[in-house]
Amino acid sequence: MAKTHVTMKVNGAEVEGLVEPRTLLVHFIRENLLLTGTHIGCETTHCGACTVDIDGMSVKSCTMFAVQAQGSDIMTIEGVANADGTLSALQEGFRMMHGLQCGFCTPGMILRAQRLLQENPRPSEAEIRMGISGNICRCTGYQNIVKAIQYAAAKINAVEFQEAAE
Amino acid sequence: MIPGPFSYHRPATVADAVKLLSTLGDEARPLAGGHSLVPMMKLRLATPEHLVDLHGVAGLKGISRDGGKITIGAMTTQHELLASDEIGKSLPILHETAALIADPQVRYRGTIGGNVANGDPGNDMPALMMTLGASYRLEGASGARDIAAAEFYQGAYFTALEPGELLTSISIPAPAAGHGYAYEKLKRKVGDYATAAAAVVLTMAGGKVASCTIGLTNLHETPLLAEAAAKTVIGTSLDPATLKKAAAAAEAIMSPAADARGPVEYRKHVGGIMVTRALQLAAARAS
Repeated sequence: MAKTHVTMKVNGAEVEGLVEPRTLLVHFIRENLLLTGTHIGCETTHCGACTVDIDGMSVKSCTMFAVQAQGSDIMTIEGVANADGTLSALQEGFRMMHGLQCGFCTPGMILRAQRLLQENPRPSEAEIRMGISGNICRCTGYQNIVKAIQYAAAKINAVEFQEAAE
Repeated sequence: MIPGPFSYHRPATVADAVKLLSTLGDEARPLAGGHSLVPMMKLRLATPEHLVDLHGVAGLKGISRDGGKITIGAMTTQHELLASDEIGKSLPILHETAALIADPQVRYRGTIGGNVANGDPGNDMPALMMTLGASYRLEGASGARDIAAAEFYQGAYFTALEPGELLTSISIPAPAAGHGYAYEKLKRKVGDYATAAAAVVLTMAGGKVASCTIGLTNLHETPLLAEAAAKTVIGTSLDPATLKKAAAAAEAIMSPAADARGPVEYRKHVGGIMVTRALQLAAARAS
Protein backbone atom coordinates (compact mmCIF):
# COMPACT_ATOMS: atom_id res chain seq x y z
CA MET A 1 0.00 0.00 0.00
CA ALA A 2 1.39 3.37 -1.01
CA LYS A 3 2.55 5.56 1.82
CA THR A 4 1.29 9.04 2.47
CA HIS A 5 3.36 11.96 3.66
CA VAL A 6 2.00 13.54 6.83
CA THR A 7 3.03 16.62 8.76
CA MET A 8 1.78 17.71 12.15
CA LYS A 9 2.88 19.58 15.23
CA VAL A 10 3.75 17.40 18.22
CA ASN A 11 4.67 19.05 21.53
CA GLY A 12 5.32 22.28 19.68
CA ALA A 13 7.67 20.83 17.06
CA GLU A 14 6.83 20.30 13.40
CA VAL A 15 7.19 16.60 12.57
CA GLU A 16 6.67 14.58 9.41
CA GLY A 17 6.68 11.00 8.28
CA LEU A 18 5.55 8.47 5.71
CA VAL A 19 2.64 6.30 6.81
CA GLU A 20 0.30 3.73 5.37
CA PRO A 21 -3.31 4.90 5.61
CA ARG A 22 -3.95 2.10 8.11
CA THR A 23 -1.21 3.25 10.49
CA LEU A 24 -2.85 4.18 13.77
CA LEU A 25 -1.84 7.51 15.26
CA VAL A 26 -0.50 5.82 18.41
CA HIS A 27 1.86 3.68 16.32
CA PHE A 28 3.08 6.75 14.44
CA ILE A 29 3.75 8.55 17.73
CA ARG A 30 5.54 5.60 19.32
CA GLU A 31 7.35 4.03 16.37
CA ASN A 32 8.02 6.90 13.95
CA LEU A 33 8.47 9.71 16.45
CA LEU A 34 9.86 7.39 19.16
CA LEU A 35 7.73 9.13 21.79
CA THR A 36 6.96 6.03 23.84
CA GLY A 37 5.34 7.83 26.77
CA THR A 38 1.97 7.33 25.05
CA HIS A 39 1.03 3.79 26.00
CA ILE A 40 -0.97 1.10 24.22
CA GLY A 41 -3.20 -0.67 26.70
CA CYS A 42 -6.30 -2.41 25.40
CA GLU A 43 -6.17 -1.44 21.71
CA THR A 44 -9.97 -1.49 21.76
CA THR A 45 -10.85 2.13 22.66
CA HIS A 46 -11.66 1.24 26.26
CA CYS A 47 -8.69 1.91 28.52
CA GLY A 48 -7.54 5.43 27.63
CA ALA A 49 -3.81 4.72 28.10
CA CYS A 50 -3.16 6.07 24.58
CA THR A 51 -4.98 9.38 25.21
CA VAL A 52 -3.31 12.41 23.66
CA ASP A 53 -4.53 15.96 23.15
CA ILE A 54 -5.36 16.85 19.54
CA ASP A 55 -6.55 20.34 18.62
CA GLY A 56 -8.15 20.80 22.03
CA MET A 57 -9.70 17.35 22.28
CA SER A 58 -8.76 14.31 24.36
CA VAL A 59 -8.46 11.50 21.83
CA LYS A 60 -7.68 7.81 22.12
CA SER A 61 -4.84 7.67 19.62
CA CYS A 62 -5.41 3.94 18.96
CA THR A 63 -8.73 4.80 17.32
CA MET A 64 -7.60 7.38 14.81
CA PHE A 65 -5.39 7.01 11.77
CA ALA A 66 -2.18 9.00 11.52
CA VAL A 67 -3.31 10.37 8.13
CA GLN A 68 -6.28 11.93 9.89
CA ALA A 69 -3.93 13.96 12.10
CA GLN A 70 -2.46 15.77 9.07
CA GLY A 71 -1.97 19.43 10.03
CA SER A 72 -3.11 19.03 13.62
CA ASP A 73 -1.54 20.17 16.88
CA ILE A 74 -0.85 17.30 19.28
CA MET A 75 0.41 17.10 22.83
CA THR A 76 1.73 13.91 24.39
CA ILE A 77 3.03 13.31 27.90
CA GLU A 78 6.51 14.32 26.70
CA GLY A 79 5.19 17.85 26.18
CA VAL A 80 3.41 18.29 29.50
CA ALA A 81 6.22 19.53 31.77
CA ASN A 82 6.79 23.28 32.17
CA ALA A 83 9.16 24.93 29.71
CA ASP A 84 11.92 25.10 32.35
CA GLY A 85 11.70 21.34 32.88
CA THR A 86 9.88 21.49 36.21
CA LEU A 87 6.79 19.33 36.70
CA SER A 88 3.41 20.68 35.63
CA ALA A 89 0.75 21.11 38.31
CA LEU A 90 -0.79 17.79 37.32
CA GLN A 91 2.51 15.92 37.28
CA GLU A 92 3.29 17.35 40.69
CA GLY A 93 -0.18 16.37 41.91
CA PHE A 94 0.28 12.78 40.78
CA ARG A 95 3.64 12.69 42.56
CA MET A 96 2.48 14.32 45.79
CA MET A 97 -0.80 12.40 46.07
CA HIS A 98 0.63 9.03 44.99
CA GLY A 99 -1.62 9.09 41.94
CA LEU A 100 0.25 6.21 40.33
CA GLN A 101 1.54 2.80 41.23
CA CYS A 102 2.60 0.90 38.11
CA GLY A 103 2.29 4.09 36.06
CA PHE A 104 0.97 2.50 32.89
CA CYS A 105 -2.24 4.56 32.79
CA THR A 106 -0.59 7.77 34.00
CA PRO A 107 0.27 9.46 30.66
CA GLY A 108 -3.31 9.04 29.48
CA MET A 109 -4.70 10.13 32.84
CA ILE A 110 -2.60 13.29 32.86
CA LEU A 111 -3.41 14.25 29.27
CA ARG A 112 -7.11 13.69 29.93
CA ALA A 113 -7.05 15.57 33.24
CA GLN A 114 -5.21 18.49 31.63
CA ARG A 115 -7.98 18.95 29.07
CA LEU A 116 -10.62 18.50 31.77
CA LEU A 117 -9.08 21.29 33.88
CA GLN A 118 -8.83 23.57 30.87
CA GLU A 119 -12.53 23.11 30.17
CA ASN A 120 -13.57 23.15 33.82
CA PRO A 121 -10.93 24.70 36.10
CA ARG A 122 -12.91 23.99 39.28
CA PRO A 123 -14.42 20.54 38.85
CA SER A 124 -16.32 18.82 41.65
CA GLU A 125 -15.19 15.36 42.69
CA ALA A 126 -18.08 13.87 40.69
CA GLU A 127 -17.07 15.90 37.62
CA ILE A 128 -13.49 14.65 37.95
CA ARG A 129 -14.67 11.05 38.18
CA MET A 130 -16.91 11.43 35.12
CA GLY A 131 -14.17 13.37 33.37
CA ILE A 132 -11.70 10.49 33.67
CA SER A 133 -14.28 7.76 33.11
CA GLY A 134 -12.65 6.91 29.79
CA ASN A 135 -9.36 6.06 31.50
CA ILE A 136 -8.90 2.79 33.33
CA CYS A 137 -6.44 2.30 36.22
CA ARG A 138 -5.98 -1.17 37.67
CA CYS A 139 -3.79 -0.20 40.65
CA THR A 140 -4.99 2.79 42.58
CA GLY A 141 -8.74 2.41 42.88
CA TYR A 142 -8.80 5.97 41.48
CA GLN A 143 -8.87 7.64 44.93
CA ASN A 144 -5.40 9.09 44.66
CA ILE A 145 -5.82 9.99 41.00
CA VAL A 146 -8.85 12.08 41.93
CA LYS A 147 -6.81 13.71 44.73
CA ALA A 148 -3.97 14.38 42.31
CA ILE A 149 -6.33 16.23 39.98
CA GLN A 150 -7.83 18.15 42.90
CA TYR A 151 -4.29 19.08 43.99
CA ALA A 152 -3.51 20.35 40.49
CA ALA A 153 -6.79 22.28 40.27
CA ALA A 154 -6.03 23.98 43.59
CA LYS A 155 -2.54 24.87 42.44
CA ILE A 156 -3.73 26.23 39.09
CA ASN A 157 -6.41 28.29 40.85
CA ALA A 158 -3.89 29.43 43.48
CA VAL A 159 -5.91 28.16 46.42
CA GLU A 160 -4.78 25.89 49.22
CA PHE A 161 -5.35 22.18 48.58
CA GLN A 162 -7.45 20.56 51.26
CA GLU A 163 -7.55 16.82 51.18
CA ALA A 164 -11.08 15.55 51.78
CA ALA A 165 -11.57 13.36 54.83
CA GLU A 166 -12.06 9.70 53.98
CA MET B 1 -4.73 -5.16 16.21
CA ILE B 2 -3.82 -3.44 12.97
CA PRO B 3 -6.57 -2.87 10.40
CA GLY B 4 -6.33 -4.33 6.93
CA PRO B 5 -4.98 -2.08 4.17
CA PHE B 6 -7.23 0.49 2.55
CA SER B 7 -7.02 3.62 0.42
CA TYR B 8 -7.75 6.88 2.16
CA HIS B 9 -9.87 9.60 0.59
CA ARG B 10 -10.60 13.01 2.03
CA PRO B 11 -13.21 14.83 -0.09
CA ALA B 12 -13.99 18.50 0.54
CA THR B 13 -17.66 18.55 -0.49
CA VAL B 14 -20.73 16.38 -0.06
CA ALA B 15 -20.93 16.02 -3.83
CA ASP B 16 -17.36 14.67 -3.98
CA ALA B 17 -17.99 12.32 -1.03
CA VAL B 18 -21.13 10.94 -2.66
CA LYS B 19 -19.34 10.58 -6.00
CA LEU B 20 -16.51 8.63 -4.34
CA LEU B 21 -18.93 6.39 -2.47
CA SER B 22 -20.97 5.64 -5.59
CA THR B 23 -18.01 5.01 -7.89
CA LEU B 24 -16.02 2.95 -5.38
CA GLY B 25 -19.07 0.83 -4.61
CA ASP B 26 -19.49 -1.73 -1.85
CA GLU B 27 -15.84 -1.72 -0.85
CA ALA B 28 -15.98 1.92 0.29
CA ARG B 29 -17.19 3.11 3.67
CA PRO B 30 -17.68 6.66 4.91
CA LEU B 31 -15.56 7.48 7.98
CA ALA B 32 -17.17 9.81 10.53
CA GLY B 33 -15.90 9.68 14.13
CA GLY B 34 -14.60 6.18 13.49
CA HIS B 35 -15.32 4.90 16.97
CA SER B 36 -17.52 2.06 15.71
CA LEU B 37 -15.77 1.43 12.40
CA VAL B 38 -12.09 1.56 13.42
CA PRO B 39 -12.46 -1.01 16.25
CA MET B 40 -14.32 -3.27 13.79
CA MET B 41 -11.50 -2.82 11.28
CA LYS B 42 -8.90 -3.72 13.91
CA LEU B 43 -10.77 -6.95 14.57
CA ARG B 44 -10.96 -7.45 10.77
CA LEU B 45 -14.72 -7.71 11.12
CA ALA B 46 -14.77 -4.80 8.67
CA THR B 47 -12.28 -4.75 5.80
CA PRO B 48 -13.21 -1.82 3.56
CA GLU B 49 -10.86 -1.21 0.65
CA HIS B 50 -11.58 2.51 0.68
CA LEU B 51 -12.33 4.92 3.50
CA VAL B 52 -13.97 8.22 2.64
CA ASP B 53 -13.11 10.50 5.57
CA LEU B 54 -15.83 13.09 6.10
CA HIS B 55 -13.79 15.37 8.39
CA GLY B 56 -12.75 17.59 5.49
CA VAL B 57 -16.27 18.04 4.14
CA ALA B 58 -17.55 21.57 4.67
CA GLY B 59 -21.06 22.09 5.95
CA LEU B 60 -21.58 18.77 7.72
CA LYS B 61 -21.17 20.24 11.22
CA GLY B 62 -23.30 22.52 13.30
CA ILE B 63 -26.58 23.04 15.10
CA SER B 64 -29.23 25.50 14.00
CA ARG B 65 -32.80 26.30 14.88
CA ASP B 66 -35.27 27.60 12.35
CA GLY B 67 -38.65 28.24 13.94
CA GLY B 68 -39.86 24.93 15.30
CA LYS B 69 -37.16 22.83 13.67
CA ILE B 70 -33.68 22.00 14.93
CA THR B 71 -31.17 20.82 12.33
CA ILE B 72 -27.97 19.03 13.33
CA GLY B 73 -25.17 18.34 10.86
CA ALA B 74 -24.19 14.68 10.69
CA MET B 75 -20.55 15.33 11.70
CA THR B 76 -21.53 17.18 14.88
CA THR B 77 -19.85 15.32 17.73
CA GLN B 78 -21.48 14.17 20.95
CA HIS B 79 -19.14 16.59 22.74
CA GLU B 80 -20.43 19.47 20.61
CA LEU B 81 -24.03 18.46 21.35
CA LEU B 82 -23.24 18.54 25.07
CA ALA B 83 -21.59 21.96 24.74
CA SER B 84 -24.55 23.46 22.83
CA ASP B 85 -26.82 25.85 24.75
CA GLU B 86 -29.38 25.58 21.94
CA ILE B 87 -29.65 21.82 22.47
CA GLY B 88 -29.79 22.30 26.27
CA LYS B 89 -32.70 24.69 25.80
CA SER B 90 -34.68 23.05 23.00
CA LEU B 91 -33.81 19.35 23.33
CA PRO B 92 -32.57 18.63 26.86
CA ILE B 93 -33.17 14.90 26.31
CA LEU B 94 -30.38 15.00 23.72
CA HIS B 95 -27.98 16.24 26.41
CA GLU B 96 -29.15 13.54 28.80
CA THR B 97 -28.62 10.85 26.17
CA ALA B 98 -25.30 12.10 24.76
CA ALA B 99 -23.81 12.19 28.28
CA LEU B 100 -24.59 8.47 28.61
CA ILE B 101 -22.79 7.52 25.40
CA ALA B 102 -19.36 5.95 25.84
CA ASP B 103 -16.79 8.17 27.62
CA PRO B 104 -15.37 11.70 27.25
CA GLN B 105 -12.68 10.78 24.71
CA VAL B 106 -15.13 8.88 22.52
CA ARG B 107 -17.59 11.79 22.70
CA TYR B 108 -14.97 14.21 21.31
CA ARG B 109 -14.82 12.09 18.15
CA GLY B 110 -18.12 10.21 17.94
CA THR B 111 -20.73 11.93 15.77
CA ILE B 112 -24.50 11.98 15.86
CA GLY B 113 -24.59 11.07 12.17
CA GLY B 114 -22.45 8.01 12.68
CA ASN B 115 -24.47 7.01 15.71
CA VAL B 116 -27.78 7.10 13.84
CA ALA B 117 -26.57 5.85 10.44
CA ASN B 118 -24.60 2.80 11.53
CA GLY B 119 -27.70 0.75 12.36
CA ASP B 120 -26.14 -0.74 15.49
CA PRO B 121 -29.03 -1.74 17.78
CA GLY B 122 -26.85 -0.80 20.76
CA ASN B 123 -26.55 2.85 19.74
CA ASP B 124 -28.58 5.26 21.83
CA MET B 125 -29.52 8.02 19.39
CA PRO B 126 -31.70 5.98 16.99
CA ALA B 127 -34.50 5.24 19.48
CA LEU B 128 -34.31 8.82 20.69
CA MET B 129 -34.63 10.14 17.13
CA MET B 130 -37.69 7.95 16.58
CA THR B 131 -39.17 9.23 19.86
CA LEU B 132 -38.62 12.84 18.80
CA GLY B 133 -40.09 12.30 15.33
CA ALA B 134 -36.78 13.21 13.66
CA SER B 135 -36.03 12.83 9.97
CA TYR B 136 -32.74 12.20 8.19
CA ARG B 137 -31.47 13.93 5.07
CA LEU B 138 -29.85 11.40 2.74
CA GLU B 139 -27.80 12.61 -0.21
CA GLY B 140 -26.86 10.41 -3.13
CA ALA B 141 -25.77 10.59 -6.75
CA SER B 142 -29.36 11.14 -7.86
CA GLY B 143 -30.14 13.87 -5.33
CA ALA B 144 -31.37 14.30 -1.78
CA ARG B 145 -34.29 12.76 0.07
CA ASP B 146 -35.68 12.89 3.60
CA ILE B 147 -36.73 9.85 5.54
CA ALA B 148 -38.36 9.54 8.95
CA ALA B 149 -36.13 7.97 11.61
CA ALA B 150 -39.03 5.60 12.33
CA GLU B 151 -38.71 4.22 8.78
CA PHE B 152 -34.92 4.11 8.56
CA TYR B 153 -34.06 0.99 10.56
CA GLN B 154 -34.65 -2.38 8.90
CA GLY B 155 -32.49 -4.78 10.89
CA ALA B 156 -29.22 -4.91 12.79
CA TYR B 157 -26.83 -2.84 10.63
CA PHE B 158 -29.42 -2.69 7.84
CA THR B 159 -30.92 0.70 7.11
CA ALA B 160 -32.70 2.55 4.34
CA LEU B 161 -29.38 4.02 3.16
CA GLU B 162 -28.81 3.02 -0.45
CA PRO B 163 -25.28 2.26 -1.69
CA GLY B 164 -23.55 5.57 -2.37
CA GLU B 165 -25.86 7.56 -0.12
CA LEU B 166 -24.67 9.67 2.78
CA LEU B 167 -26.67 10.80 5.81
CA THR B 168 -25.86 14.52 5.93
CA SER B 169 -28.14 16.02 8.58
CA ILE B 170 -30.88 15.34 11.09
CA SER B 171 -34.00 17.44 11.48
CA ILE B 172 -35.90 17.40 14.76
CA PRO B 173 -39.22 19.15 15.46
CA ALA B 174 -38.81 21.08 18.73
CA PRO B 175 -40.87 19.43 21.45
CA ALA B 176 -43.64 21.53 23.03
CA ALA B 177 -42.60 24.06 25.67
CA GLY B 178 -42.95 22.50 29.12
CA HIS B 179 -42.63 18.96 27.83
CA GLY B 180 -41.26 16.26 30.11
CA TYR B 181 -38.45 14.02 29.00
CA ALA B 182 -36.16 11.27 30.23
CA TYR B 183 -33.63 8.82 28.83
CA GLU B 184 -33.13 5.97 31.29
CA LYS B 185 -30.27 3.62 30.44
CA LEU B 186 -29.11 0.59 32.36
CA LYS B 187 -25.52 -0.33 31.58
CA ARG B 188 -22.89 -2.42 33.29
CA LYS B 189 -20.23 0.27 33.30
CA VAL B 190 -19.24 3.59 31.72
CA GLY B 191 -18.73 3.04 28.02
CA ASP B 192 -21.03 0.05 27.73
CA TYR B 193 -23.98 -0.27 25.42
CA ALA B 194 -27.39 -0.41 27.07
CA THR B 195 -28.57 -3.60 28.72
CA ALA B 196 -31.87 -1.80 28.19
CA ALA B 197 -32.81 1.83 27.72
CA ALA B 198 -36.00 3.84 27.25
CA ALA B 199 -36.65 7.35 25.95
CA VAL B 200 -39.83 9.19 26.91
CA VAL B 201 -41.14 12.55 25.71
CA LEU B 202 -44.53 13.59 27.05
CA THR B 203 -46.76 16.55 27.83
CA MET B 204 -49.04 16.87 30.85
CA ALA B 205 -52.31 18.77 31.20
CA GLY B 206 -54.14 19.08 34.51
CA GLY B 207 -52.02 16.34 36.11
CA LYS B 208 -52.76 13.85 33.33
CA VAL B 209 -50.64 12.72 30.40
CA ALA B 210 -51.76 14.59 27.27
CA SER B 211 -49.29 13.12 24.79
CA CYS B 212 -46.54 10.54 25.07
CA THR B 213 -43.93 8.82 22.92
CA ILE B 214 -41.70 5.99 24.12
CA GLY B 215 -38.61 4.65 22.36
CA LEU B 216 -36.57 1.55 23.25
CA THR B 217 -32.83 0.95 22.77
CA ASN B 218 -31.09 -2.42 22.40
CA LEU B 219 -34.20 -4.45 23.07
CA HIS B 220 -34.69 -5.65 19.49
CA GLU B 221 -32.58 -5.83 16.36
CA THR B 222 -33.78 -2.31 15.58
CA PRO B 223 -34.78 0.57 17.85
CA LEU B 224 -38.48 0.43 18.68
CA LEU B 225 -41.38 2.78 19.31
CA ALA B 226 -43.53 1.36 22.10
CA GLU B 227 -46.80 2.68 20.73
CA ALA B 228 -49.20 0.53 22.71
CA ALA B 229 -47.38 1.38 25.95
CA ALA B 230 -47.54 5.09 25.13
CA LYS B 231 -51.26 4.85 24.37
CA THR B 232 -51.85 3.14 27.73
CA VAL B 233 -50.67 6.17 29.70
CA ILE B 234 -52.62 8.86 27.81
CA GLY B 235 -55.25 10.47 30.04
CA THR B 236 -53.85 8.90 33.21
CA SER B 237 -51.89 10.37 36.11
CA LEU B 238 -49.35 7.53 35.81
CA ASP B 239 -50.75 5.67 38.79
CA PRO B 240 -49.04 2.39 39.74
CA ALA B 241 -51.55 0.21 37.87
CA THR B 242 -51.10 2.24 34.67
CA LEU B 243 -47.30 2.13 34.94
CA LYS B 244 -47.47 -1.63 35.32
CA LYS B 245 -49.70 -1.94 32.26
CA ALA B 246 -47.42 0.33 30.23
CA ALA B 247 -44.30 -1.65 31.21
CA ALA B 248 -46.05 -4.90 30.25
CA ALA B 249 -47.13 -3.46 26.89
CA ALA B 250 -43.54 -2.35 26.20
CA GLU B 251 -42.10 -5.69 27.27
CA ALA B 252 -44.49 -7.44 24.88
CA ILE B 253 -42.68 -5.97 21.84
CA MET B 254 -39.12 -6.46 23.14
CA SER B 255 -37.00 -9.25 21.69
CA PRO B 256 -33.46 -8.60 22.89
CA ALA B 257 -30.56 -10.90 22.17
CA ALA B 258 -29.21 -13.01 25.01
CA ASP B 259 -25.62 -11.86 25.46
CA ALA B 260 -23.09 -10.92 28.13
CA ARG B 261 -25.56 -8.28 29.32
CA GLY B 262 -27.99 -10.99 30.39
CA PRO B 263 -30.55 -13.52 29.24
CA VAL B 264 -33.63 -12.44 27.31
CA GLU B 265 -35.97 -12.55 30.34
CA TYR B 266 -33.68 -10.30 32.37
CA ARG B 267 -33.22 -7.75 29.62
CA LYS B 268 -36.97 -7.55 29.03
CA HIS B 269 -37.57 -7.23 32.76
CA VAL B 270 -35.13 -4.34 33.16
CA GLY B 271 -36.47 -2.88 29.89
CA GLY B 272 -39.86 -2.59 31.60
CA ILE B 273 -38.21 -0.92 34.58
CA MET B 274 -36.46 1.61 32.31
CA VAL B 275 -39.83 2.46 30.73
CA THR B 276 -41.40 2.93 34.17
CA ARG B 277 -38.57 5.13 35.45
CA ALA B 278 -38.46 7.21 32.28
CA LEU B 279 -42.22 7.82 32.42
CA GLN B 280 -42.05 8.89 36.07
CA LEU B 281 -39.06 11.17 35.58
CA ALA B 282 -40.51 12.71 32.43
CA ALA B 283 -43.80 13.43 34.20
CA ALA B 284 -41.96 15.01 37.13
CA ARG B 285 -40.05 17.29 34.73
CA ALA B 286 -43.14 18.36 32.74
CA SER B 287 -44.80 21.65 33.52
